[in-house]
Order: sequence, then C-alpha cells, then structure tokens
Amino acid sequence: MSKRTANLLVHLALSLSVAVVAAPLILAFIFSTQTPAQIFSYPPKFTLGTALLENYRTAWYEFNLGRYMLNSFYIAIAVTVGKTVLSFMAALALVYFRFPLKNWVFTFILLTLMMPTEIMIIALFDLVSDLGWSNTYAALIVPFLASATGTFLFRQQFLQIPLSLVDAAKIDGAGPIRFAWSILLPMSMNVIAALAVIEFVYMWNQYLWPLIVIREGDRQVVQVGLRLMMNVGQDATNWGIVMAGAILALLPALVVFLLLQEQFSRGFALSQEK
Amino acid sequence: MDTHAAFKKPWLAFLLLLPSLVILTVFLYYPTIQTFVLSLYQVGFLGLTKRFVGLENYQVLFTDPLYRRMFVNTAVFAVSTVALSMAVGLGLSILANQKVSGWRVYRLLLIWPYALSPAVAGVIFLFLFNSQSGIANYLLGQVFGVRPDWLSDQRLAMVVVILAAVWKNIGYNVVFYLAALQNLPGDVLEAALIDGATPWQRFWRVTFPLLSPMTFFLLIINTIYAFFDAFAFVDLLTRGGPAGATTVLIFSIYRDGFEFFKTGFAAAQSVVLFAIVVFLTVLQFRTGGRRVHYGG
Repeated sequence: MSKRTANLLVHLALSLSVAVVAAPLILAFIFSTQTPAQIFSYPPKFTLGTALLENYRTAWYEFNLGRYMLNSFYIAIAVTVGKTVLSFMAALALVYFRFPLKNWVFTFILLTLMMPTEIMIIALFDLVSDLGWSNTYAALIVPFLASATGTFLFRQQFLQIPLSLVDAAKIDGAGPIRFAWSILLPMSMNVIAALAVIEFVYMWNQYLWPLIVIREGDRQVVQVGLRLMMNVGQDATNWGIVMAGAILALLPALVVFLLLQEQFSRGFALSQEK
Repeated sequence: MDTHAAFKKPWLAFLLLLPSLVILTVFLYYPTIQTFVLSLYQVGFLGLTKRFVGLENYQVLFTDPLYRRMFVNTAVFAVSTVALSMAVGLGLSILANQKVSGWRVYRLLLIWPYALSPAVAGVIFLFLFNSQSGIANYLLGQVFGVRPDWLSDQRLAMVVVILAAVWKNIGYNVVFYLAALQNLPGDVLEAALIDGATPWQRFWRVTFPLLSPMTFFLLIINTIYAFFDAFAFVDLLTRGGPAGATTVLIFSIYRDGFEFFKTGFAAAQSVVLFAIVVFLTVLQFRTGGRRVHYGG
C-alpha cells in the first residue's frame, strides 16, 4: 500500500468518524428548524425547515430557557471563580508555608474526592433545607465552592516552580501575598484554564442536584429546564422546540470548551507527573 | 518534602485554608456522615417520624428481588457504557493522532462531546428513538425493514440508555487518550518500526502497554461517572421502565428518597454507592500512583 493510499484511507476513516460522532447533534439541529408537520412528514425531511426563528424564540421565551440559562450562567461562573480562588489559596498554604499537621490537612482535602454530591443528596438536601436555602442560588453554589481536584492541580503546579524564584522574591522583600500575586498567578494560567473548563462544564451540566433542590420555576437551571419542556399539558411534545432547547442548552459549555481546549490540554500535560 | 515551605506564618496559612476546610467539612464530610446515620433509620413521610431500625434497610436492599434486579441493571449499564466508550475513544484518538493534513480540525471535531451534558444527550436520543417520528426507526426500516418500539421493550430501552451515555462519554476519553498518545516516548515506537513490526504488532506490543496507566485511570473515572451520569439518561429516556428494566442505583436513590419519601432506605442505597466509589478510588490510588502518567 503506497503512502498516498494510506493517507487517503486515514482521511476517509477520520471523516466517517467525525460524521458519526456529530450525527445526533446535526439531526437535532435540522429538526430544531422544522414545524411539527415537517417533523412528522414521511419520509422525514433531512433539510432545514421553516420554523428556525419561531422554535428558538418559543424555547427561549415561552419555555423560559432564557431565564434558566441566565441562572446556569450565574451558578457556573460563581462556582468556577470561587473554586479557582479557594483552591489557589489552599495550595499556596500547603506548598509555601510551614505549619503543624500539614500532611493531615492535605489528606483531609484529598479524601473528599470520594464524596461526590450524588452520594449524599439525601442528607445534603436535609442540611440545605435546615439552612433555609431551598430554592436559592446558595444551595446551588456554596456546597461546590471547595475543590480537592483544584487544590491538587495547583499544588502540583507550584511544586514545579523553581525554588530560586521564592528566594529571589524574599530577597526583594516580597511577602507571601505579593509572591503569589505577581509570580505564582501568572505562572499558573494553564492550570487556571484547565480548571475553568472542567468546573464550568461540570456546573453547567448539573442536573440531579438542581432538580431536587429547586422547586420554584424562576430559579431553575437550563438542564432541568429541558426536562420541563417535555409533554407539557395535553399536547404531544413539539420536538422542534425541544431540539432547539437542547441546542441552546449545549452551546455555552461547548463554546467555553472550544475556546479553552488548547490551554485545557496543556494545563493537564504540565501539571501531571514529571 | 517541605523544601518549598519558605514562609513561616502559620496563622496566614490557616487563614488561606479556612474557607476550603469549612466548606468541605460542612457540605461534604457532615452530609456523608449523616447519610450513614440516616441509613439506620426508618423515616416517616416528610420526616415527621424517625425510628431506629439498625441494619434492616440493608437487609431489605440485599434480599428483595426488585433491588437485586436494580443492581444487575446498574452493573449492565456501567460495564457496557465504560467498555464501549473507552474502546471507541481509544480507536478515535489513534485515528486523530495520525499526522495528516487538517489534523487540528479532525481533533476538534472528535473531542467536542466533552462538553455534552447527560441531559442534552438524553433529550436528543429520546427524539431519535421515539416510536412515531424517530429517525432511528426510519433508517432501520429502510435498511432492514424493522421498526422496534425501543423504549417500551425491556432490553432495547437499556440499549438506548447505554448508547446515549456512550455518545456523551466519547469526547472525554478521546481528550485523555490523545494527550497520552502525544506524550508517548517516540524512540520506543521508532525502534519497533526499525525492527520491522507491523502496525498491528506495534499497537498491541508497544502502544497499548504504554497506554495502560491511562487506560486504568480512565477505567476508574468512567466507572464512577457511569454510576452518577446514569441518572439524567434514565430520568429523561425511560423513568426506570419499562417494568423496572432500566432502574439503576442512582435513579432508585432519587425515587425512593424524593418521590416515595423512604429517606432511610434511600440513604442505605447511597451508602452502597459510597462504598463502590471508595473502593474504586482506593484502587486507583494504590495502583499506578496518584493521577495520570503520561508515557509512564
């Protein structure tokens, strides 16, 4: 087999894989532009329909996805920023300070890797209700603000930064805060980007916890909003509008991922091992 | 180990750690312990009555045939989803790792499902596989002349749930496998090439063993997420049916806890899930060091 044929085969296999992986999404988009009559026509039409604007407008206003997306934004951004700041602070303490019981504190943080929210939703729901946080943003934000993953990633990054930099900073009379701000922070941008992608996508995609803790329409998040679009009232589900909702609910996470994916991969490569 | 510890103000270190420690204690440690405590109680409707029953919840959980079936469903879902999405993910990342023109675009078009949510994937599959206007049946009808009623058939419903989960998981596995492939030591692969190994041999004798730390890491992470992510797929696609055929552990916890208000019983199921996650995490830490090893 010549090099050219081999190359052609690789292109063929790649194009086919790309198409198969994207197929459900492409179909969802096509049908998000069709009216119910077009969707139920036989044979189905695999071309754009005539209801694009109408479907997206209905999903956005009548099914309240605009409001839900705004809520998801608040929550995802608050948690992403909060987690990054808190785990940066925690890693700073763990790497650059001397204090008693340090290894115990690190273990205490790492052990929480085994305690995802899903495992304790029953007790967490009781706790959040007792705090009077049912139906509030606080219930969706505060429990997620600390992060073992984030602390671990920052710690690995800090341990790779040459010691001479700390010494130089100290000779220049910089305290720990100045050192963190003007040296550690700029040198950790890849880790911050990686964390931002992980946390934003994770929070944006949350489904189970908001479903349980938010019972009031106006505070709900977009993923649960999708669920509310199905079989409302007596009418059959209007799939065109639901598919428009699915596309809308996917877009922000997709955009964040695509914008930061290069730094995301690099942040991982840098912070692991070596 | 403490060579980096250049600053000596323990109070400042304490201040920096305080927010993380408070949140972890209040919102992770405390509810986890409470889950254990609750699992020993039978809680009445709306939590008005609470009676200590010891291990009775667990006894019911492990002897009731209904729950035995639920555990089987959970295992079937987790094993199939993880095996399929990892195999496909590995295959796609090897393809995407080829140096052909336009590789950047190909890569991007293969890793984007990382951003997919279980809810979006679930809703899209619900549409594709529905009985009236589903495209899956239109295509199957054209090619094979069959139009199964996917979501009302006990086995097929599980197949749809698994397919949706596999689709959502592919991107994650491609991202990590691609990163691992790019960090493989080139000299080993070159040596194999010079020794005249066929591509097949090169993959199974050289690449695959070098990837095994990553494979193990992904195996654990995928399995843990399979237990949690299952919720949105089952909730949106089948609501556990037909006839309990797709009721998996996390959905059962939700339903017993928040629809049937059997809080203590749901807590006992959560403890089982917790035990599985702890087992998997410890396994991951024990073998293969801490996190991912690129290139070993």
